Order: sequence, then structure tokens, then C-alpha cells
Amino acid sequence: MSVARRSIWFWPLLAFTIVVCAFLIVPVGMSMLAGVTRNYFIGIDSGLTLEWVIKVWTDYRHTILLSIQIALACLVCTLLLGVPAAYALARANNAATRVIEELLVMPVAIPGLATALALIVTFGNWGGFRRSWLIILVGHVLFTLPFMVRSVLAVLASIDLKSLEEGARSLGASFTQRFFGIVLPNCRAGIVAGSLMVVTLSIGEFNMTLLLHTPLTPTLPVGLADAYASLRLEVGSAYTLIFFVIIIPLLIALQWASQPVNLARSALERKPT
Amino acid sequence: MWLLLPAAIVFTAFFLLPLGNLFLIGGSGARGWGAYTAVLTDAQYLRSLVSTVALAAATTAATLFISGITGVFLTRARFRGRALLAALLTLPLAFPGVVIGFMVIMLAGRQGLIPDISEWLIGERIVFAYSMAGLFLGYLYFSIPRTILTVMAAAEKLDLRLEEAARSLGAGPLRVVSDVIVPALKPALLSAGAICFATAMGAFGTAFTLATRINVLPMVIYTEFTLQANVATAAALSFVLGALTWAVLATVRTAAGTTVAAAG
Repeated sequence: MSVARRSIWFWPLLAFTIVVCAFLIVPVGMSMLAGVTRNYFIGIDSGLTLEWVIKVWTDYRHTILLSIQIALACLVCTLLLGVPAAYALARANNAATRVIEELLVMPVAIPGLATALALIVTFGNWGGFRRSWLIILVGHVLFTLPFMVRSVLAVLASIDLKSLEEGARSLGASFTQRFFGIVLPNCRAGIVAGSLMVVTLSIGEFNMTLLLHTPLTPTLPVGLADAYASLRLEVGSAYTLIFFVIIIPLLIALQWASQPVNLARSALERKPT
Repeated sequence: MWLLLPAAIVFTAFFLLPLGNLFLIGGSGARGWGAYTAVLTDAQYLRSLVSTVALAAATTAATLFISGITGVFLTRARFRGRALLAALLTLPLAFPGVVIGFMVIMLAGRQGLIPDISEWLIGERIVFAYSMAGLFLGYLYFSIPRTILTVMAAAEKLDLRLEEAARSLGAGPLRVVSDVIVPALKPALLSAGAICFATAMGAFGTAFTLATRINVLPMVIYTEFTLQANVATAAALSFVLGALTWAVLATVRTAAGTTVAAAG
């Protein structure tokens, strides 16, 4: 872009971009501030307080802990199911695997409400399962699994897995040795990015969870919706503030980890091993 | 291939079979299999289907316009703070719908920023968070970050020489945008647009938070299921919504020749 052209278009475009950015970021800042303001209607002059945050922590701590528990369990499940699946898909890479890939993505493509209703009409009579947090976990695993598989698959597709493995096999490495010695270290970047995505999505999942939860198993987003509907703005804001404190570091880590450059670089760095 | 087995078993048991079951239950209610056409024959359902599709289409058009401009601008321009701006624009990537509903309340709710500004400007508080306009704002909030990400990834791969050539042949900046940049970005815009449309069709958290006067299909399904205990209708409607969303994604994917759901 030449200097002359920049002088005409640059500033309006920059202004437009800044307005869009403000649209996204200003409400985040406002709600964080509202969560520590004594009376939001009066404004910041009413003073800052941690009263609302403490109230949320006292009343809703169980939702936060349950969400973290589900997210970690979901991570374990997607790692155990997704990484081997991605490896198998990368190795086979034919028409059948593409159909399987398509199917795996379906729970992301169709609305969470439909998936949740399908689980409820099918397992609604399995009292113990229906009432426990495990049915929520199942929903989250279905929804997040494609992200793990795709993330790992993207890294595996960028390296010459076959040659690496054949080299190792010719030196006498068993399948287990190859899987843990070559495959896993090579797709580490994909596993990290996939894991961050899985945890972030699981902690924030609402569409399915609202139908799948019971009064005994409310998660963080379900509690948030409850607080928004029934409590004063400051409490809803304080709750959102706690949510942001959990989710924003994950999102920042995700931005770093899923940069294609980083993925490619870490794949390259590890290639000679 | 046996490594696929655990994922395949879980997926079949907890997704494919339940989905098939959902289809059967949908046809087992008072309306019988007619439940599947009720979305077209019942005036109330048809109205909410039309407003859902209209809202999703408007969201998609506005998102593509906004994210297309900012995405290409952020890829091309070189200035201090560019990386920060890009990071901030993609930060809300995975905010859940409920939280986005609350962001809309912060902006346009009773104690929101926009009413404050409008009161200062014209002496009247314009509150629109709890209407279709509020939901539209929420869906924009939801879609912009992920679309910008897709546009930036595609814009980085554009061949600058094509633009140089167009310019040297006398094309103005708008011509370059309409004849070179937009066609080159078309696959990315198509797939991002399809995801945007599909998400807006099925999104539920934002509508749930803003509640009251919004009559989109996911809200109707939720009401049928919880308040009316009308499981069969809820099942049929959600199956239709799921099939519709899936069909849109599949059609666009065939047209664009890429894997659409990748950016989820």
C-alpha cells in the first residue's frame, strides 16, 4: 500500500476498526467495573467494594467448582478419545476417514438444544445418570471432541508422520514406543491448543447444559443466567467478573498457542528428533 | 484404525443413536409425523422460523461486512498497536451466549451505555437490549471475533501482485476491493458466513439472557419443552432446526470446496 493511498484510507479504516474493538471491549470493562461498584446506578462515586464478589463466591461457589470439575474431566476424555482418533485419521487419510471427520463435527454444527434433547429423551429414564453431572460431561465431550481432533490433526498433517514412523520401525521400535516417542511429542502443539480450546468451551457451555443440568448440578453459565435474571446488576457483574478471571487467561493462552506460526514452528523444531 | 474405536463407540452411543431416537420421539406426539411439518403449517412456529432466519441472515451480512473490512485492514496496514488491536478483536472468541447477553445489557440495557449517551444527546433514553435489535447486537458480538480470525488468515495468503497489476491497469481502490480482494477472499467469506448463519440459527444463551419479547426458534423449543412439557413438539422442532442448520453448512461447504465447520 503506497503512502499516498494510505493517507486517504488509513485513518477512516483505523477509526472503523477502533469502533468495532470498542464495541467488543467496552462492555467487558463496564461489567468488570460494575462488579466492584457499591451502587452502579449512582456510579463509581458510590465507592468500590468487594462485597458483591464475596456474595457471589459464597452463594455460587459450587457452580464454579462444578464447571472446573467438568472442564477437567472433559479434557481427560477428549485427550483419551481425540488424540488416538486424530492419529488414526491422519494415518489412514481416505474417503472413509473424511466421512468420520464430518460426523464428528456434527455436534458443533447442529444446535446444542437438539443434542441435549436427544440425550434427555434417550437417557431420561436412567435416573442415576440423568441426575448426575455425568450427563453434562457427555454433552460437553461431544461438543468439544471435534476441536481436539482437528487441532491435533492440523499438526499431524503438516509433518511427514509416515517416514518418521517407518524410520523408527526399521530401527525396531514397537507401536507403543512409536506412539509415545514420536507421535505424541510431534503433535504437542496441537494437543496444547486443543486442550485450551476444550477447557474454554466446556467452562462456557450453556446451550446444552441448561437442559442437561438438574437443580443439584448447576454449572457456572447456568448460575450466571440465574443471577442475570433474578439478582441486582452488581451481583450479575461480580459473577461475570469471576467468570472473566477464569476465562480470559485461557483465551490469551489460546491466542498464543493457536497462532499458526507457533504451531508450525514447534512442529519444525521437533522434526529432527 | 482400531484407535478410532473408543471415539466411535462413544459417538455412536451418545450422539448418533440419541439423535435417531429424537427423530422417532418427534413423530410420536399428538400431531404424529405432522409435527415435522408443523413448523411450516402452524402460524406461530412459522413466524418464529421466519424471524430466526431473517435475524441469522442479517447477522451474517453485517458480520461479513464489518469483519471483512477490519480483517483485511489489520492484515495490510502497518502501525503501532496493530497486534494489540487484533488481539483485542479476537479475545471474545469463546464467550458464551449468556455472557454476551449481559454485554448487550451493559451496552443497551436499562442502565446501559447507549441509553446514557442518547439521553445526553437527544434527551431520551433509547433502551433496546431486550428486543430483536438487542439480540442482533449480541449475535454480532458473538460472530465478529471468529470471522475476523478467518478473514485475517485468508487475507495473509492473498497474492499482492494481483492487486498491483489491477492498480497499474488503472483500477481505483474500490475496484481493487470489488474485483480482486473480495473474489480472492470468497471461499473464506463463504465458510465464515455459513458458520455465522448456523450459529445465529441455533444460539440460545443470548436470547435466554435478554428474554422477554424475543420469539426465535430456539426459545420456542425451550418453552415447549420446559413450560408446556411438550416433548414431542420440542423434539421435532429441534430436529428440524438441526437439519436446517446442517443443510446450510453442507451446501456452502460444497460450494466453497472447504471444510466449513473447522473454525467452529
